[in-house]
Amino acid sequence: MADQATTAPADVDSTRAKSANLFEVVLGYIGELAILLGQTVTALVQGRVNSRDLIQQMAFLGVHSVSIALLTSFASGAVIALYFSQFLNTYGVGSLVGAVVSLAISRELAPVLTGVVVAARAGSAIAAEIGTMKVTEQIDALRALAVSPIEYLVVPRVLASLIMLPAVCALADAAGIVGGYMVAVYMEGIPAATFPSSILQFLEPSDFYLGMVKTVVFGLIIALVGCHQGLRTRGGATEVGQATTNSVVLSIVLIYLSNFFLAAMMFTKSSGI
Amino acid sequence: MSLDASSGDEARSNGEEVVHSPEESRIVVKDLKYTVSGKQVLKGVDLEVIPGEILCVMGMSGSGKTTLLHCIGGLTRATSGEIWIGDAQIVGMSEDELNHVRERMGMVFQYAALFDSLTVYENVAFGLTRRRRMRPKQIREIVSEKLALVGLPGTEDLHPSELSGGMAKRVGLARAIAMAPEMLLYDEPTSGLDPVVGSVVDELIMQMRDKLGVTSIVVSHNITSIFRISDKIAMIHEGEVLVHGTPDEIKSSTNPIVRQFIQGESHGPIELGHR
Repeated sequence: MADQATTAPADVDSTRAKSANLFEVVLGYIGELAILLGQTVTALVQGRVNSRDLIQQMAFLGVHSVSIALLTSFASGAVIALYFSQFLNTYGVGSLVGAVVSLAISRELAPVLTGVVVAARAGSAIAAEIGTMKVTEQIDALRALAVSPIEYLVVPRVLASLIMLPAVCALADAAGIVGGYMVAVYMEGIPAATFPSSILQFLEPSDFYLGMVKTVVFGLIIALVGCHQGLRTRGGATEVGQATTNSVVLSIVLIYLSNFFLAAMMFTKSSGI
Repeated sequence: MSLDASSGDEARSNGEEVVHSPEESRIVVKDLKYTVSGKQVLKGVDLEVIPGEILCVMGMSGSGKTTLLHCIGGLTRATSGEIWIGDAQIVGMSEDELNHVRERMGMVFQYAALFDSLTVYENVAFGLTRRRRMRPKQIREIVSEKLALVGLPGTEDLHPSELSGGMAKRVGLARAIAMAPEMLLYDEPTSGLDPVVGSVVDELIMQMRDKLGVTSIVVSHNITSIFRISDKIAMIHEGEVLVHGTPDEIKSSTNPIVRQFIQGESHGPIELGHR
């Protein structure tokens, strides 16, 4: 008992110190991201964008992510239709399946799945590529050649993400609704004309474009976190691996957190939608 | 930077030949200090490199040689002190200001640091395509010329993964000289190379001085190479310049640390510690 009494204050101090340390780390990380964002915006405003680099990154981040985004969204639309067709039919409102599937896909699933898919596929590759360049002195070589790593590496990736994620999301919207339609109509017997008519009746164009606006934020998160993790890499292969993992984990966590706040701003009653 | 220098920048970015006074490639380091994670890596380094000469910086691993080179190249920000490149004091400069100075400087890295997603041609042409407004034909001619100069004609379409260590280093040199720099910084240019390729690289370094009048700083601990190519030698030990002089002066130095280092003896005043 005496031991516990003497060690308890030390434990509290240690916990406080750890909390303060974690707070400092989080604050420091946010600060570093903000600085990187500031440098990127400055370069963008000054028009320091190489069109060839941008097109390459648009292909890598966007075009090459389309197939996997379509597949995941299609499957998600299908499974929602499966659940809700049965559930809504029980209460005699099976005609609403189209609206339910489309609402879930357009507002939530397509944007978030697009973000997660691109974070896993391209965000990790950004961190790995830039991290490898950092530890093999290629970033120093860029600077020695009077070329800014921000302009050469970060700007095209950020801009490509901002442009391509909404485009991929639009395609994922379509894939999800098609998936839902196929299950609802061909497996659950919902009348073919009911599915699209309920979408037209209950959904607004804003459901789709606000979902796409979300992916602009997700794209910024993915590119910025990936580039930042790569640029801060020090050491060797192990650290590059850590940067890659951190990039994916942080991007996905930030996508889900920001998704909540974006949804609260965009789709709640107070937002008028 | 002077007005002349800024008009020179413009001419340079248009791909025109720029004539600089030799004094613009004089490198002077004054009381340079660099501390990282509480460790003082450079403890007040003073050095001067006269235009057109080759200064070799030697010293044990971890003595601060590469850090000094990176500070001079503006890749590492010194904690205090001054680095003068011609009439420009670069310590404390912004990245944009540094880029104007870096355009007059080339750097050859220890492991070549070639951009592995690009071909040899794209590597050598990189600075020209990004920083100069030159026609593609002009760039092609410069790349071919520089690759021929380093003995690698016809390698334009290869990727860095297809090159040997010696070839990669020579491509790194071609990339550094493609921008026609007045100053070249070499980090361990012959380490890891066989003696024949090492000699080829040494000759290239001397050619840069003799044919193009380039001012060079070579960081190395290859004693044979150092005495072959240098006009002056500085030895850095524990973050300070221990000796600075001509090769003959260094050879005849009575400093026991210098003697142990150039003779490669395992016993002496140099303590290995955590090296």
